[in-house]
Amino acid sequence: MNKDLYHYDLIPDVDMPAEFIEREKAREASKDEREESFIPRRRFLKMTGIAGGGLVLAFAISRSQRAEGAHHGGGDHSTFAPNAFIQIKPDGSIVIAAKNPEVGQGIKTFLPMIVAEELEVPWESVTVEQSEIDRERFGVQSAGGSQSTPRNWNPLRQAGAVARTMLVSAAAQKWSVDASKCKADQGYVINESSGARLSYAELATDAAKLPVPDADSVTLKERSEYKLLGKFIGGVDNADLVTGKPLFGIDQSLPGMLYAVYVKCPSFGGAVKHANLEEIKSLPGVVNAFVLKGNSVDGQLMPGVAILAKSTYEAFLAEKALQVSWDKAPASNESWIEMKAQAKELTSKPGPVAEEQGDMDGAIASASKVVDGYYTYPFLSHSNLEPQNCTAWYTDGKMKLWAPSQTPQGIAGMLSNLLEIDQDAVEITQLRIGGGFGRRLINDFVCEAAAIAKQVDVPIKLMWNRESDMAHDFYRVGGFHNLKGTIDSSGKLTGLQDRTVVFTPKGGDGKRPVRGGNIRAANIQCPEIPNVRIEAHHLPLQVPCGWWRAPGSCSLGWVYQSFIDELAHAAGRDHLEFLLEQFGEPRWLQPGQARAFNTERAINVTKLAAEKGDWGQDMKSGQGRGISFYFSHLGYFTEVAEVTVENGNQVRVDRVVVAADVGMLLNKAGGENQVEGSVIDGLSTLAGQEISFEEGAVRQTNFDDYPLLRMPAQPKIEIHWMTTDYAPTGLGEPAFPPLAAAVTNAIHAATGKRIRTMPISKEGFQVV
Amino acid sequence: MATIQVNVNGDDRTIESIDPNTPLLWALRDHLGMVGTKFGCGKGLCGACTVHMNGIAIRSCSTPVSAAVGQAITTIEGLAESSQNLHPLQEAWMEEDVPQCGYCQAGQIMNAAALLSSNSSPSDEDIDNAMAGNLCRCGTYTRIRKAIHSAAEKGGVA
Ligand code: FES
Ligand code: FES
Repeated sequence: MNKDLYHYDLIPDVDMPAEFIEREKAREASKDEREESFIPRRRFLKMTGIAGGGLVLAFAISRSQRAEGAHHGGGDHSTFAPNAFIQIKPDGSIVIAAKNPEVGQGIKTFLPMIVAEELEVPWESVTVEQSEIDRERFGVQSAGGSQSTPRNWNPLRQAGAVARTMLVSAAAQKWSVDASKCKADQGYVINESSGARLSYAELATDAAKLPVPDADSVTLKERSEYKLLGKFIGGVDNADLVTGKPLFGIDQSLPGMLYAVYVKCPSFGGAVKHANLEEIKSLPGVVNAFVLKGNSVDGQLMPGVAILAKSTYEAFLAEKALQVSWDKAPASNESWIEMKAQAKELTSKPGPVAEEQGDMDGAIASASKVVDGYYTYPFLSHSNLEPQNCTAWYTDGKMKLWAPSQTPQGIAGMLSNLLEIDQDAVEITQLRIGGGFGRRLINDFVCEAAAIAKQVDVPIKLMWNRESDMAHDFYRVGGFHNLKGTIDSSGKLTGLQDRTVVFTPKGGDGKRPVRGGNIRAANIQCPEIPNVRIEAHHLPLQVPCGWWRAPGSCSLGWVYQSFIDELAHAAGRDHLEFLLEQFGEPRWLQPGQARAFNTERAINVTKLAAEKGDWGQDMKSGQGRGISFYFSHLGYFTEVAEVTVENGNQVRVDRVVVAADVGMLLNKAGGENQVEGSVIDGLSTLAGQEISFEEGAVRQTNFDDYPLLRMPAQPKIEIHWMTTDYAPTGLGEPAFPPLAAAVTNAIHAATGKRIRTMPISKEGFQVV
Repeated sequence: MATIQVNVNGDDRTIESIDPNTPLLWALRDHLGMVGTKFGCGKGLCGACTVHMNGIAIRSCSTPVSAAVGQAITTIEGLAESSQNLHPLQEAWMEEDVPQCGYCQAGQIMNAAALLSSNSSPSDEDIDNAMAGNLCRCGTYTRIRKAIHSAAEKGGVA
């Protein structure tokens, strides 16, 4: 039943950026056994009928890591460095590499924690160092799609365990005992027969001489043996952050560096006809100004004017004085108002059937109740607090970049085409990133910095101001859903139809959706509905779209979870009970497939949230409680929101209760920070955020017309974790999607008013 | 262009050949190489650029460097007495693991420090009101409030 709609191999890019999907497919093809590694051990044994132990679930640590010589690191032969992640020196210092970009998701802390756990060292003895960009040694280095946790879980545990195994072997040899008689314990190896101990520092030189065992051959710790993972461990950069040390891209400085701005056509895609360059060059502090033609490839270099000055302020002043006559022939002329009208008109009529199951027409004909609802949500900006920036220096035939990028490994290939330089000539230093949310998966700002640097012989720092950041984002795509639900005489949900719009990039094949713009029946996440139909009208779109925290799910979670509440009301049923009914029996729709919906986990987090969120308890008049579930990025989240609505439209979100299942929580500090942040972000977006455009240009400019939630509006947030034996999965995204519907359902409970347009300010509500 | 003398974190600093209208933010970052103070909006909307002028929290993006002449400016780099002796807020920020990306946090801490110096035991509401001008895109408000309370309890004026 429902096999096709919920066949997850077919719907990769609901949740994940397409680039990642390509890689994922390649990994699956190369038998990376990622799914197997994801299955809890006992289940895997049950599923495969294999009894007894000896089964190694871990997928292979990459070949390159294995190839890392045990003697490498620091150029010191006594340093023990069995792979790219670990260095132990005879003086006892332990360095663990942090491989991926830190955007605030806490990865610079929790990936090294995984290594430290298996290495069996006290966290206080570890120094974390941001690694260089090197696919050979570090595998995929990116920050997106909440992928880093599942992807690195096994390789990093193995990296730690390999080193621990070698240290134990070195000790065993010293003592001439069998390794099984020795045990690693917090930086020491203990001889269990004699009670003797040797520190890792004392063993490092000998361990470095041993052959590196195969990663698949080493024994990983049981979760019950963990001493570090799951604890509250503060971020490794915290001390530097609170004292204002240079860490971020924007903090980069080089001798003789010039400050650059790059001005593009306000209407997306416009080219430069003419600019007052001579006048600009005569301004104080301005050193140079020139036009770049660009390649106009989506996500790379658009045409524009570069201005180089001796200070950021002078560059910004010059930008204000710049006058460009734009060639708008290639530019977007789109209008959000017109788009809304067009979409409404389109979705009022039947459209091409994208997915279908059962007999939706029959369900409508035989329904005792038919419910209609038209849901819309706007485009959104990422609005990282650190505006886009990048420092670049083209020197000695090398392009050196200090790039706050979420996908640094994509840069060299891109630049080699764009600037005709050798891929190997591109050197990238990872810097801390002041907020990602998917914005910096796209390296347009890196292309700009590199292209400018190529023209001059000094280092340059490209600096966007807030206005250019808001005007040239890759936006979360807006959407339109004309929904119809059918209920039979027993109050059961028999059918759901979504007449929607799928945007496709203008000039593309007209089929492939814009980034984050795919809409699939599986997004409804109600596998028990017998009749389902998705009709998708396709519309071309030139406004650039990108992946925005929980792509797809960030908006669809609200639409469907709100509509389910509408249907529950129409059926005269309790929302919680109605929602649980849609999950059906506890089961994994595609056993072993991490991306596949597991209704057992959905049911459990939903029941937990309901219990902790006092579902069904009385509330005062003017108050309401709403519930919403969503499964995205491998994480299961149900959230209950409690609101008080005063004066008919002033919404105070009093409490948000979150129940989560991500297998296990790796770092309580960073993990809960992600959940709290997702709740706040969810409130920010639903309260009043909207990107609109006229004549192809974005109208919002700064935080006055694109507001972020401020401190007085923060709710009380309570988080409850289900610990399950599934592999741990990421937390950058999955707490976000359920929040909006929990709140709008609560507003409905409090006021009787159903919100079908985002942000809720459009429906006359204000979050206070 | 002018030569300007400013006192930052107790040191007299001379900036040669600077437009006196340059926001203090960029004077600090570009001319003095003190990059702890951050740029978020440039319009007084986000608080990322918060520093103290004579102990009062100001937005350095909207304050010309000329207005800082003869005033005592304190930035995040100068908030602690020494690297061994951090401000109680800095300690509390680490204990509560407040930062996500961390970009807003220098401004948050500077704003909170000004609050504590005028109100040594603020209520939730006092904190919310005082901190309402400081945005955190990552949504660390819960922890910011907690950290301010905990610093206040430990005698947060420093
Ligand atoms: S940069 Fe000064 S308030 Fe935002
Ligand atoms: S921690 Fe990222 S903006 Fe506040």
